[in-house]
Amino acid sequence: MIINHPLLGPRDRQEFTYLGDACLIDRPGWQAEDAMDQFFEYVYLRDDPAGEHRELWYHEHGDRSWLVVTRNTVTHEITNVELASDVARKQGRSK
Amino acid sequence: MGFGIAPISVETDRFHELGAIKEKNAMSYSGLRVIREALNGQRGWKPAWRNPEPKPNYDIIVIGGGGHGLATAHYLVTKYGEKSIAVVEKGWIGSGNAGRNTTIVRGDYTLPPNTRFYDHSVGLWEKMERELNFNVMHSQRGVLFLHHNDAERDDHYRKTNIMRMQGTDGEILGPEKLRKMYPSMNFDGRFPITGAYLHRRGGTARHDAVVWGYARSADRRGVDILQNCEVTGFRIEQGKVLGIETTHGFIGAKKVGVSVAGNTSRVMDMAGIRTPIESHVLQAFVSEGLKPIIPGQVNYGAGHFYISQSDKGGLVMGGDLDKYNSCAQRGNLPVFESVIEAAVTLFPMLSRARLLRAWGGLQDMTMDGHAVIDETPIKGLYLNGGWCYGGFKATPAAGECFAHLLSTEQPHELAKPYRLDRFRTGYLLDEKGQGPNPNRQ
Repeated sequence: MIINHPLLGPRDRQEFTYLGDACLIDRPGWQAEDAMDQFFEYVYLRDDPAGEHRELWYHEHGDRSWLVVTRNTVTHEITNVELASDVARKQGRSK
Repeated sequence: MGFGIAPISVETDRFHELGAIKEKNAMSYSGLRVIREALNGQRGWKPAWRNPEPKPNYDIIVIGGGGHGLATAHYLVTKYGEKSIAVVEKGWIGSGNAGRNTTIVRGDYTLPPNTRFYDHSVGLWEKMERELNFNVMHSQRGVLFLHHNDAERDDHYRKTNIMRMQGTDGEILGPEKLRKMYPSMNFDGRFPITGAYLHRRGGTARHDAVVWGYARSADRRGVDILQNCEVTGFRIEQGKVLGIETTHGFIGAKKVGVSVAGNTSRVMDMAGIRTPIESHVLQAFVSEGLKPIIPGQVNYGAGHFYISQSDKGGLVMGGDLDKYNSCAQRGNLPVFESVIEAAVTLFPMLSRARLLRAWGGLQDMTMDGHAVIDETPIKGLYLNGGWCYGGFKATPAAGECFAHLLSTEQPHELAKPYRLDRFRTGYLLDEKGQGPNPNRQ
């Protein structure tokens, strides 16, 4: 499997380590009224689709950037790769 | 326990009973029967289960015709006296993870709830063949975990001590004894073998036979096994399940049990329930048939690798998960490479063996590495899933506990810790202390 790094170009999957669903970027606020419920869902529950999946990959043996990779979990076809920091900024985060 | 007949609930009818016993003897498998059929031109064998059309309604529907689903049906009739049961399966029975594992049966756990559960499960394996009148080729040939340094040895002492205090067997062996047991193993490689722990009650079984044995037992007691019948949705009204939509139309049910290892997330999604599960692929490999060289089941300690030899002679091997979400039922090459490297490190003569097949099974990886047997927020809908890569050895106990839950609507004593809400309440069963990282388990 080849991941097309937005800065470094096509890299072998073995340079990366995997974390999981990209929803892990959106950590809930700890001061919310229902913070317990939100954290339960954030830490433990997953959509786990058979098909397109947005997920976090870490370029451990490379530039150590976090990527959001859109990959099909049935065919392993990768359709989009973004820097996780770009994704977070697009959502209005400072970093 | 008898086989072959549905329990008779009406006032005992002497003739009925005699007829049933006669039928039982004609149908059961035995050495005598093999000889009789040999003399009779093998004309007396009948299919081991029917292929019925779905009825409009059942009391209980079990989704998933694997080992767990069929064991559940078996226990629902034999132990809990249920009479109207169907098992629906999207392919043919045993075509999912029951046919995609490395057939290891063991009970070497440390957390007390797991020890109790798996100890019970091993006990059920020990009497399965008599119970089912089916040869599942269960062979307690011993499961061996190697250690290569002092830290691993200390950990194995700790683990076996915990196991023995809870009544499970586990013993430490030094290199001298190991050399006698496994003369072909490379003891002086890059990571010299300094010892191992042996779990003697552990072993292997014939995976398909387990499925077939439970299917035959359940079918003969009136359970409808509906193959090639895929579930496409649930009919749920006012928070209660009324039945399932399938490729063969709607089938009504008072209760529905989901037992679909590897597809739990997708099936529960049809009911609108998010699960604490990620799907990952675990690969396994089998070599060409060889003469007996590996007497037991061996787990490497300096890498993730395990091997045993089937009764046909094929070496059955496996290793790590692919380490990223996958629903592909096929594996990647880096894991393949690491498994073969470890195989050749441990048994150098294997470099000349040829691989026959490789396959990948979908694992329901939960957030603490352990399973769920529990009710769901929808009334009448129950879940048995999340077995990670350890579902095969749990087959009989999971079937019994799930049958208990489906019939009595109360959790079985052994399955009480396997609640779905434990992730919310914090009563996790994290045997390895990995945290919510399924890809690292």
